[in-house]
Amino acid sequence: MATFNLDITKEHCPMTFVKTKIQLAKIAKDDILEVLVTEGEPLENIPKSSTEQGFEILGIENLHDNIYKIRIKK
Amino acid sequence: MEPRKKLSIICFSGDFDKLVAAFTLASGSAAVNYEVNIFFTFWGLNAIKKKKGRVFTGKGFLARFFGFLMGGIDNVPLSRLNFCNISPKLMNYMMRKRNVASLKELIDASIAVGVKLYTCEMSMQILGLTINDFIPEVNKEVLGVAKFMEISQGGDRIFI
Repeated sequence: MATFNLDITKEHCPMTFVKTKIQLAKIAKDDILEVLVTEGEPLENIPKSSTEQGFEILGIENLHDNIYKIRIKK
Repeated sequence: MEPRKKLSIICFSGDFDKLVAAFTLASGSAAVNYEVNIFFTFWGLNAIKKKKGRVFTGKGFLARFFGFLMGGIDNVPLSRLNFCNISPKLMNYMMRKRNVASLKELIDASIAVGVKLYTCEMSMQILGLTINDFIPEVNKEVLGVAKFMEISQGGDRIFI
């Protein structure tokens, strides 16, 4: 079980979702992906679409200002 | 795991801005777990031609002439204020500067997240094109209306 990081705070729609999806496809089952996102659409929809795909949201943490870390277990 | 939702886009337009809209919707939807199909017809076929510039493609004099005039993804015009094809280049520059994905990046992203690309049998017939004139990621199965309706059944259909 390994942990991977992805920073999409500088990305815009739709690449926020695309980069997360591609990274999730690359990692193995039970690996964890930590995604840095900004407030708004990515924060609302990445947990939702990850759950829909059968992945587990381990937690969402506000790091500072409008930057959040979403922990996804594949 | 929830069942996948479905979006099918009929991509009729070969305009830069409308193609950006089509591929943004396609890649974004596929990334949030939609099954996405794009059915390219008429001008939309220019977006997925193997030869990206103005080259004589197709069978027959008129088809080849049309193929040359339309060009490929490198020649798609802006739907408004095109200014002799200068505007798409300016738009690409502005997109890069603002860290927004370019049209080519959106096409690559769509392919990477599993968007299915289909071509229209009738348009290909008119323009004298074969499946070999398109990028290899395009589905080898060429569709007519009935097959497209079958594939897109149960999901949202939009026309661009």
